[in-house]
Amino acid sequence: MFNASLKQLSTQLAEKKFSSTELTTQFLQRIKQLNPEYNAFITVNEEMSLAQAKAADKMIAAGQAGPLTGIPIAQKDIFCAKGWLTTCGSRMLSNFISPYDAGVIERFNQAGAINIGKTNMDEFAMGSSNETSYYGMVKNPWDIAAVPGGSSGGAACAVAARLAPAATGTDTGGSIRQPAALCGISGIKPTYGLVSRYGMIAFASSLDQGGPMAKSAEDLALLLNVMTGFDPRDSTSLQRDAENYSQDLQKPLAGLRIGLPKEYFAEGMSQDVANAIEKTLIEYRKLGAQTVEVSLPNAPLSIPVYYVLAPAEASSNLSRFDGVRYGYRASSYSDLADMYRKTRAQGFGAEVKRRILIGTYVLSHGYYDAYYIKAQKLRRLIAQDFIAAYKQCDIIMGPTAPTVAFNLGEKSGDPIQMYLSDIYTSAANLTGMPAMSIPIGFGDKNRPIGLHIMGNYFKEAQMLNIAHQYQLVTDWHLKSPV
Amino acid sequence: MTLSVSDVKRIADLAYIEISDNEAKEALGQLSGIFDLIETMQAVDTSTVEPMSHAQNVLQRLRDDEVTETDQHELYQSIAPQVEADLYLVPQVIE
Repeated sequence: MFNASLKQLSTQLAEKKFSSTELTTQFLQRIKQLNPEYNAFITVNEEMSLAQAKAADKMIAAGQAGPLTGIPIAQKDIFCAKGWLTTCGSRMLSNFISPYDAGVIERFNQAGAINIGKTNMDEFAMGSSNETSYYGMVKNPWDIAAVPGGSSGGAACAVAARLAPAATGTDTGGSIRQPAALCGISGIKPTYGLVSRYGMIAFASSLDQGGPMAKSAEDLALLLNVMTGFDPRDSTSLQRDAENYSQDLQKPLAGLRIGLPKEYFAEGMSQDVANAIEKTLIEYRKLGAQTVEVSLPNAPLSIPVYYVLAPAEASSNLSRFDGVRYGYRASSYSDLADMYRKTRAQGFGAEVKRRILIGTYVLSHGYYDAYYIKAQKLRRLIAQDFIAAYKQCDIIMGPTAPTVAFNLGEKSGDPIQMYLSDIYTSAANLTGMPAMSIPIGFGDKNRPIGLHIMGNYFKEAQMLNIAHQYQLVTDWHLKSPV
Repeated sequence: MTLSVSDVKRIADLAYIEISDNEAKEALGQLSGIFDLIETMQAVDTSTVEPMSHAQNVLQRLRDDEVTETDQHELYQSIAPQVEADLYLVPQVIE
């Protein structure tokens, strides 16, 4: 049951092998047993989860079940869920019981899925190790001395440790893909605008995108079918026809052109990661694909560009946390301005404050053109690099992260080293193109390695096909640490 | 580019975040390193490039000017730090 695919769970629910109530109870018990060690969940609410399971059992009995009906899904604590504590990993929202559902939560509720709990994350999704959470660090289930990656570290840990069949994440600079790689699971950041940002607590609005995290590409496709779709309450939600992300999974890969950007294979990648990528490319050639070298000359500037644009947008988005309408308020203050200053000094952690300061500075008078506009111009050059590369290839592959999971505490005192964990992932957020990570083996200290599959706008179905074909002939995605 | 402690304190003031002298000194070291990284952007000539503010080149959607929300102020105010007579309370602003 814990290792079953979403399709298997759905079939077993339909065949009455077990009920959703039984399934949900099993996962809740497993969370109770293992979560104290991993800290993957911030909130578990058995009563609310079981009430949903009971309703799902009715849907199944009435023959109204969809592919996810009755299946528990772990929700990242960035998604507002009505009646649930929704903290975004921050003291600032440590008392915030959401009065409404995010668009993504509504979609899962309509599909009859069960919210099995809210997962731990870096504070306001700012981090690559899950160490900035107000609720404590998450452990990597493959090696509890290692970070799970971030910011969706709780989600990645929960899926890897089989505390949930699947999870949601959000990705602003790599926050779905990097933890997926470090925890040995699959995750996809869709094209910007496909998944509603309504009720998804904003970090950097032009980069933020929700997406699924699961054991396999086949599971990701089922989750994307539920998560994507137009939402009028998100001003950047795209109006396009619904797509069936499962429909191309079985297509053969003969003739596929895989682009390998020379900049990503130049330096910085550790040897164990390079070896795993090489073996994976051999597998893809056996499946009929060919590889071509491509160039993304401006891609190495993704990190500096990202660290101007994301903090700039964050400093604006996070100005709403002022202790007036919801969330934390300092207990003593002299006047209104002092209340704002003390509330924000006490409510935000060090990394969040650092990024607000960077963002405030790059947007301030006299620096706007030199930093913010400059970064936006480079953003265009980076996007043009990718558009040009996709004329020579169908898909781009490389490592998701330069190394396997690092140790807890290893980089937490050095923000720049931490930022460089996202060196391969942040470009896809700047361009808005889809990108995913799948497990392809193990490196140093037997820690997982992820393959980064990047595609042009709206190529999710093809990317899932490419990942699925690999998963049909390998079993890395079936491995679990517990 | 060189930042000073007084720059850090000024930025924190703009961002409405209280910061002590020691915190400002610590932040200065980290921010200087980050701005050195950011400075590498200047190596590329972008004089003829249009800024890209958004991933999708789509126009802002408009909608009809209709009421779509119902009054839920009681629910929303139930999670506010301080409310009185349906109003959010803040410290006195005008003497």
